[in-house]
Parts: sequence; structure tokens; C-alpha cells
Amino acid sequence: MLRYTINRVLLMIPTLLGVAVLVFFMLRVVPGDIVEIKLRGDGGSVTQETIDMERKRLGLDRPLIVQFGTWMTDMARLDFGKSMWTERPVVTEIAGRLELSLQVAIMATVIAVLLAIPMGTLAALYRGTWIDYTVRLLTIGGLSIPSFWFGMLIMLTLLSLFNWLPPITFTPIYVDPWANLTQLIWPAMAVGYRYCAVVARMIRSSLLEVMNEDYIRTARAKGVYEKLVVSRHALRNALLPAITVIGLEFTFLIGGLVVTEQVFNLNGIGQLFVQSISRNDFTLIQGMVMLIAAFYVFVNLAIDLLYAVFDPRIRYNS
Amino acid sequence: MSVVEAGEDLRGQASTQRNAAAPLLEVDDLHTQFHTARGIVRAVEGVSFTVDRGEVVAIVGESGSGKSVTALSIMRLLPRLTGKIPKGRVTFDGRSLLDLDDEQMREIRGRDISMIFQEPMTSLNPILTIGLQIKEPLQIHLGMTDEEAQARAVELLQLVGITDPERRLDQYPHQFSGGMRQRVMIAIGLACNPKLIIADEPTTALDVTIQAQILELMKNLSRKLNIALIIITHNLGVVARYADRVIVMYAARVAEQGPSDAVFHRPRHPYSMGLLRSVPRLDRPRGSKLETIEGLPPNLADQTSACRFAPRCPFRIAVCDQEPPLFKTDTGSLARCHRHEEIAAGKISWTAAGGAGLNFAANTTAPVLSVKDLTKSFTVAGGLRSNRGVVRAVQDVSFDIYPGETLGLVGESGCGKTTVGRLILRLEEPTGGEIHFEGVNLSTASPAQLKAMRRKVQVIFQDPYSSLNPRMTVGQIIGEPLHVYKIVDDRKQANERVASLLENVGLRPEMAERYPHQLSGGQRQRVGIARALAMEPSFIVCDEAVSALDVSIQGQIINLLEDLQRKFKLAYLFIAHDLAVVRHISARVVVMYFGRIMEVADRDVIYGGALHPYTKALLDAAPVPDPTIEKEREPRLIKGELPSHLAPPPGCVFNTRCPLASQECREIVPPLEEKRPGHFAACIKV
Repeated sequence: MLRYTINRVLLMIPTLLGVAVLVFFMLRVVPGDIVEIKLRGDGGSVTQETIDMERKRLGLDRPLIVQFGTWMTDMARLDFGKSMWTERPVVTEIAGRLELSLQVAIMATVIAVLLAIPMGTLAALYRGTWIDYTVRLLTIGGLSIPSFWFGMLIMLTLLSLFNWLPPITFTPIYVDPWANLTQLIWPAMAVGYRYCAVVARMIRSSLLEVMNEDYIRTARAKGVYEKLVVSRHALRNALLPAITVIGLEFTFLIGGLVVTEQVFNLNGIGQLFVQSISRNDFTLIQGMVMLIAAFYVFVNLAIDLLYAVFDPRIRYNS
Repeated sequence: MSVVEAGEDLRGQASTQRNAAAPLLEVDDLHTQFHTARGIVRAVEGVSFTVDRGEVVAIVGESGSGKSVTALSIMRLLPRLTGKIPKGRVTFDGRSLLDLDDEQMREIRGRDISMIFQEPMTSLNPILTIGLQIKEPLQIHLGMTDEEAQARAVELLQLVGITDPERRLDQYPHQFSGGMRQRVMIAIGLACNPKLIIADEPTTALDVTIQAQILELMKNLSRKLNIALIIITHNLGVVARYADRVIVMYAARVAEQGPSDAVFHRPRHPYSMGLLRSVPRLDRPRGSKLETIEGLPPNLADQTSACRFAPRCPFRIAVCDQEPPLFKTDTGSLARCHRHEEIAAGKISWTAAGGAGLNFAANTTAPVLSVKDLTKSFTVAGGLRSNRGVVRAVQDVSFDIYPGETLGLVGESGCGKTTVGRLILRLEEPTGGEIHFEGVNLSTASPAQLKAMRRKVQVIFQDPYSSLNPRMTVGQIIGEPLHVYKIVDDRKQANERVASLLENVGLRPEMAERYPHQLSGGQRQRVGIARALAMEPSFIVCDEAVSALDVSIQGQIINLLEDLQRKFKLAYLFIAHDLAVVRHISARVVVMYFGRIMEVADRDVIYGGALHPYTKALLDAAPVPDPTIEKEREPRLIKGELPSHLAPPPGCVFNTRCPLASQECREIVPPLEEKRPGHFAACIKV
């Protein structure tokens, strides 16, 4: 297992390298220039000379391959460079936002999984009854209602019923846990609904499949309590495919909450993405793409390792 | 003593008295239905039988006859939403099972009645250890502590013949072979010392030598522990060897039931008679043609007041429009036939079907196919840790097949017989050796020659359910090769050709419009044969072509293959694990084990005087459908299982299981030698 893990970690290097090449050159192909936007964005008149100087200062005048090489060697030293717009280190820029995004993602995952397991299980066990129909209705809603719109509904409800809105400035959890949780629980719920719907449907369908397996019949024929048939024999098998979905949804939440963050006025990774793209802030975009890509790769590895833990048939080294 | 206690005491006495006289299990007028989208399927109708303590009762019947559903009804394990028992009584040990609540029924399952299922590969939970799965009923029913259960589990594994039980308890099902898993299932079944075990096709998925081991084990254990056994099977040989009494089911009803001697020797129902005649048998001289029950079993969604078997019965008369009751017959059995007395008097019997015998090809001509020193090895990657191994699936296999001849290729799973078929079909590249087809060496053949060869060599697959494309009509499936090879000029000709091919395989031309799911298993296999014939082949590989079919349908297909062989001068390579079927259809037989040929001879020589100990063991292990013979002979079991392909035994591959093996056998790989004229065997001891 250890050997497998090391192998997989080593395999991440070419994967991430591929991402780096793609993002670097795609950014350069897209029209638009940070210096132009920075200096002429507000209609200010600046001489070409100033622009050239600024380009030189940011290193944008060098050949592409040299720029790429510098970026690579810097990254190898874990130096992700400075934002071309704010001049602050990329790591600092991201770190502030990541804290918030990560927390929302984790909270959404907890909410979603805690709801999805009982919902999916009950729907499968009481297939064709009102319980099943309720769950299916709720989950179809989760899939079809956009998260940001659901978020707006939450905000409206909070406002009209309690005359309260979450604060605009972010309070980290270590500063004031209560303020932090009351602020982030709502966006977590807004995105958790969809998340929960996806996972619950996955669990329902895979549990239905597992309940038809021969070994479930064997367990019943042994006189195992029905509760134990479900929890020990069926659910453990049925949760395996759900792990994949949970992992992928989680990584999506890290960088994909652009509109929902807007609705709740959160300064998360999604917002930062939009800002940096509109400013053509190359270094910052590159840094964020690399971060998200690394997340995906790591979560995928974690899923595969979890599979091995849960399913003895999957052994990675014999 | 209070009144209540006295009452209970009386009931207790009554129940013990009843227990002494009454049968252990009494099924009375059981009806089971499935409420499906396409209507009510009456899977079991009016089934009644009893099982005494320690008795072995077999329920035989073809697929869909209701035998498994009967068992699931007794266990109350029917699908919750669709399965219903509208009528009937099941009394077990004085208690009416159908009146118990779910919790009371759960207490009986696994404790008093246990069940062993057909598929050992899927019947154990893949993510739980064997130990947990064995200990579960012990802890639930007997309230054992973990240590007690552990000790009992070790004892159980020893009982079912699994070595090194302490270590194996911590392993998972995928680390066990099929036979070993079925032993584990038996151990689970025995765990709480039940009074009754219901075994649903317990050995159908297993090889014949392993089947013999498992059945012998079950019989001995049931004797030793006085456990009653219900064996559900379609294999009449298994019934003959093990059952005290037999229940023959047909189309949801009991057709005949009685002591196994009576049912086998003096059947009083035309269906039992037909069934016994349509199996190819090892213990009788090979008849010219298999007798078959024509037609198909009825659809259980249709209701009828006529005898269920009447449409297929050759002795049908006017009165058969009325469903007969179960009559008591002269042999002490019960038969659901109006004419049972005439059958008893010998007035009616199945007439031997006409048809000529096998046409043995004159071996003077050149062989159509010649295989020489064929070898195929597969490299298996051992995960990322590169401990790659080489599996020799086929080694030094040589044989010839002459025009119009059938060569049987028998062996157990993993012996390489299917790989040989695939090599001949060029679905795999051989690692070594040569294949000559009609004089052309296939490894040096030009693309044009190969294309011609692909047309001449066809295949019929085992599974008629998955080998036909579900989105194509029968006409399209059969017609496709006609277009690909431009055998016909236009669509009209193609349709005519399809119609004539369907007729050749005994299907009506209208069938061309249907889709595979609308056909029965036997009909699908006929479509597969028609597809093969479309190419006008001279040689067909039949890879387990009849093993997925029911006995009565199997006979029909075998006869069809023989008729076609005569008509089109076809040569067959008939790959199968069923020794009796191979004996029936083949002119010569090749026996394979672990990738090598063990013995080759003419059919009657192999079956009459086999030389190789493996062939002998195979023939010994296969039960024949005759209780008198079966109960007299002591089965000489061969021990052990197939060795691992990654660590093949040195010397003779059979030495790990051979009763004759000596030190020499572990050192020398025996060559295939001509021991007698035309009779080859690879053994240094004969």
C-alpha cells in the first residue's frame, strides 16, 4: 500500500506539469494584457513607454519559453510569485480566501453526507412508498435548483422572518466561532442541498442494487437482524460508489462557488478567480489553477486509498 | 399449578407427541405468486410434500418450474414487494411458518432451517471476513461470545474440510476458490445445528470433481448430525445418488413425487419419463439419437385449466383438457396424470425417435483442422510490484479433426479447453505451435486466406443470453454476416436465406422479426446456430453450446447439431464439461487437465476403458441418473483442487491429486504416448 501511494504521488508530477503547461500557454493566447488594463483601464492616458517599462518590470517582455521556465523553477522552490495586480505574494492572496472556501466546502460536505446517508437509505428501503417519493422529490429539487438561487431564498427568509442578515465581513472561526458559524452555515446549506441530492441519489440507487445481491439473501437466510442486514451487509457495500461522488463534489466546492459567494458576499476562492481573470493577473490565475488541480489529484488519490480500506478485494500491491 | 401453566404444559406435551410422529416439514397446497408489471406470475401452484427428520428429498425440475420459489417460500425470503403467498400452509416442527411474524421467522432462519445457495461466488459478502460471516448466526441465534463463536467457527471449517482454519477465518471470500466458498456456505448452514438444510443447486456452478466432494460432504454431515436435506437441482444424476425421495416439478406444479427408486425406474408421469430419456447417460449404450420432449414449458402468467404438460405430451388425449389431480400410483408414488394406470400397465411408452446414428467420418481423407504442439501463455501483471507470472493456459496440444467428425474436448474449468477454441478461431494468437486449416498454416497465411478461413470456421457460444445483440432482430443477427461476406446480392435474397436458415434450425421464418429477449434460451441457441450456418462453414467450434440449457431443451439442440452435421458435412469441436453430453455427440474425445492433454481416444474406448487416472476420476465423479447404480457404488473421490496456475506443479500436472502419483511423477512430465492403437494417454503409470 505504501509503495502504491508513493507511486501515485510520483505520478502526480507529470499530471500537474501538464496542467501547468496548459494553463500557462492558454492564458497567453487569450487576448488582453494586464498592463493595459492596469494603466489604461480607467481611461487614463499613459505613454507606450510607461507601458513597456511596466511590462519589462513584470517580466512580460521576455520570450514565452523563458517566462515559463522561470515560473517552473520558482514553483519548484515553492515560490508561486507575486500577484501582478496587487504585488502581494500569490500564496498570501490565496491563503486568506482558501480558509473561507475550505470551511464552506467542509461544512457543506458534513451537512450533505449526514443528510444523504439516511435519506438515500430510507428511500431505498422503502422504495415505492411516500418516503421514497418524498426523498426523490427533494433530491430532484436539489439537482435542478441552482445553488445561488436557493441561497437567495435563504437570505430572503432570514431577512423577512428574523430581520437578520449574515455579516458582510468574514470572521475566522478561531476569532469568534459563533459568529463564524452563523455566517457560513447559510452558504454551506445553499450548496449542500445540491451536494446532498447527488449523494443521496447515488446511495439510493447503489443500495437498491446491493439489496438484490445474493449475499443479502444469504444474510437474511442466516437469520441476521434486518437492521444488521442493512447496516453491516448492505450499506457498507453501497457506500463505496458514493465515496467517489463525495470526493469530486468536495473539490468542486473549493473553486467552483463563484455565484454563491457573490450572493452571500463572501470573499472566497471563487471571487478571487473572477477578479484575477478579469484583470488578467497571470501569476495569480496560474497559482490558483495549480492549487485546484493539486486538490483534485490528492482527493482522487484519497478516494482510491479509501476504496482499498473499505473493499478488501482492492489491494494495490499484491 | 395455575391454569395457564397447566395449559402450556398440555400444549408442550401435545407438541412433543406430534413431533415424534409428524414429519419435520409439511408443505400443504402452497401457492406463490409474483405480482409483476406484466401480470401475476403463478410460480408455485398447489405444491404439497413432506420431509421427515434426517431424510434427503430432492426437488427436480427445469428452470422456471418453481423449485427455487418453493424453497424461498418456505424460508419466507420472497422479494418483499412482488412475492405473495395467497394460499397454503407450511408446518415446520409443529409451527405454522406462514403465520409467524417477521421476528419469529428470523429466529428460525439460520437456526432451525438454513439454506445454501447456488452461486458460491456471489453468495458471500465480499467485504466481510469469512470468520465474521460464520460467527454471525452463532452470535445472533445462540448468543455466543466472540471467543466461543471463534472456537465453533474453527471447528466448522475443519468439519467441511478447510485446512488451516484459524488463518482462513481472517480472509475474505475472494481469497477462496469456488469449491472452498461453497464449503464455507455449508459451514454457515451447519453453524447452529439446524434441523433442515435447503440446498438450492448447491453444486451447479462447480466442477464435477468438486461437485462430488461437496455432495459427499453434505450427505455425510446430514447422516452424522441427523439433518434433513432438501436438494434442489436439475441434475438427475445428483438426485439418483443422494435422494431418498424425489419431487418432480413442472410448470409450478408437482408432476410426480415418490421414492427415488420408483420415480427413476418406474416413472408414472410422461414428463418424468421424458426427462429421464432425454438426458445423455454414461451408464447406458449410446442411442442413435436423443429422445427429446418437444416444445417449450408454458408461460406461467397464462392460466389454464388443462394439464400443464399436455401441449408437449405425446400421450395427450381428450381428458387432458382437465387438470388431473395427483393420483396414487402402483409404485407408491403420486403422479399428476390421467393415464398413470396405462403407463403402469406398459400400454404407453415413449417410442424411440427415428434418425440414423452418427456418421463416422472415414479417416482416410485429410483432416479439416490440424493442431500441432499448440501453446498459449499469458503474462499476468502482479499489480505495481512487478512480480509478473506466466500462466501456461495451453501447452503442447495436438489433435486432428476430420471432415464430418465431432471431436469432444472435455475438462474442468481452467483446463484450457476454451482457450484452445479461441486459438483455433484466431481470437487469440498462439504463443507456439501450428494450426492448419484445410491444409493452410494459419500463422503464415495471407490476409485473403485468413479471411476465407474466418468464413469457414464458425463458433457457437455457451450463453445464448449474452451472445446475441439485444438491439438487433433475429433477422439482422443472422443476415449480418451474409452482407459482410457478400454471400447474397440484395436484401430480398438475404431475407430468403435467413428464412431458410431459420427453417434449418427448427424456427419459424416469422422469428426473423423478433428481438432476442422475446425468445427462450433454446430458441436463442438455435438463432446462434443459424448465425453460424449463414457463413456456410465447414467447421464449427461449439464452446459449451448446450450447458446453459435445460435438460429437455439440451436434447433438442444436440439432435439439431447432429442433423445439421449430417446435412452439411460439418466438423465440430465440441467443448464441454458434461461427460455424458460429450460422449453422446463425439466420435473421438480429448481430455484436458491444467492446459495439457491427458488422454485421447475414440469415444467408446474412453468411456469403456479409460487409462489415465484423471479420466477415470472424472468418470467416477459424474453421477448417473440411476439410484440403484449410484447407491451401490462407492464414489472414489479425487482429493484436492486445481493447483494454482502461477505455481504449476513440477512433473505431471495431475500429480497433486493423482492416487497413483509417485516421486517419479513429480519429476517427469509424461509425454502423450500411444498406449494402444489410436489410444493416447499422458501417464507413466499405465
